[in-house]
Amino acid sequence: MKRFTRDQMAARVARDIPEGAYVNLGIGLPTMVANHLPKEREIFLHSENGLLGMGPAPAAGAEDPDLINAGKQPVTLLIGGAYFHHADSFAMMRGGHLDICVLGAFQVSAKGDLANWHTGAPDAIPAVGGAMDLAIGAKKVYVMMELLTKQGESKLVAECSYPVTGVNCVNRVFTDHGVFDVTPNGFVVREIIEGLSFDELQKLAQVPLTFEPLEAASTLEA
Amino acid sequence: MIGGFGTAGMPSELIDALIQHGARDLTIVNNNAGNADIGLAALLKAKRVRKIICSFPRQTDSYVFDALYHAGEIELELVPQGNLAERIRAAGAGIGAFFTPTAYGTPLAEGKETRVINGRGYVLEYPIAADFALIKAEKGDRWGNLVYRKTARNFGPIMASAAKCAIAQVRKVVALGELDPEAIVTPGIFVQRVVEIDVPGQLSPPQAAA
Repeated sequence: MKRFTRDQMAARVARDIPEGAYVNLGIGLPTMVANHLPKEREIFLHSENGLLGMGPAPAAGAEDPDLINAGKQPVTLLIGGAYFHHADSFAMMRGGHLDICVLGAFQVSAKGDLANWHTGAPDAIPAVGGAMDLAIGAKKVYVMMELLTKQGESKLVAECSYPVTGVNCVNRVFTDHGVFDVTPNGFVVREIIEGLSFDELQKLAQVPLTFEPLEAASTLEA
Repeated sequence: MIGGFGTAGMPSELIDALIQHGARDLTIVNNNAGNADIGLAALLKAKRVRKIICSFPRQTDSYVFDALYHAGEIELELVPQGNLAERIRAAGAGIGAFFTPTAYGTPLAEGKETRVINGRGYVLEYPIAADFALIKAEKGDRWGNLVYRKTARNFGPIMASAAKCAIAQVRKVVALGELDPEAIVTPGIFVQRVVEIDVPGQLSPPQAAA
């Protein structure tokens, strides 16, 4: 079946990030969004370990062990960027100063609950990092994930079966099959990838969906 | 308390000295739980740590912690990173406790006092203070004033304020007056010892998505 590649998903998320936005891209899949941000827009990337105005990876040989991102990979700082300590960094996250965060997910519920930090497996070592702070702190929480697990189960669910990261916090979900908004009436489909019908998408998603496509001009406003 | 985010800002030489010193049954506060066999991981490997308070223990090279955890030989208190930072900050600022929205409604808030304020759910969290903080900075002077380097700053300033005795390893000790008073990040009142150790930092291997 036809579906978006991860790069196409990243490009689709990037389209919804407007000029002037302060943005945190979570570890993993969301990191790819940085490669697709339109060059003509000035967008400020925040990293939880204390930088604002994060730039791309450095050239080979120019890595600096004191300049890394949340995934502990070497990065650069753009001209105009700033460093700060952890309490300030998380004040930016928890204090509602970030316009958008983009997170990966295991599951998103129809009420906007997010599960992305722990599978709940008894022998798994739990690790949470800054996920819970981002989930409740950013003005808009975007999730980027494949719609289905490898077993073909939908990651859009009525109730999360995995331990939650935050309750009622997700605004929009970007998947390889389409874009969904979380509303008081559950999941609303805003876009479906070409070649897939709403009925086919409904069958895959397994939770009740309604279809209210966005006008192209209004895609930047959720 | 031990500063650092991964290996950026980790005071590895101070940790080596702590291992030589021989102190045991320690409670460690750090963002992670050690990388490879160096620094904090070496301290864990030497079985000096009873409990670790951190936000992200599981990393691609956290095998020392992983083995101790699976063997039941170390206690873990997992704290969301923003709560960890704010609890440390609160200790340094004399705050008795605070309500935070982070982790509300999640397993990490189970058993904790909660309150709805202006329609939003919050969790009561208490400060984390320490007897000692080991941190790393770029430059320091005789009064304990510190400046840091890039993202190696991370937990250094708040940990310095939250410990009875903050020990900073700096790449260079400078004369009083050499640090620009407008740019000092940690004022000397929060720092009790400064040690000059001139070694460059080290990169962690790439981490898996999480």
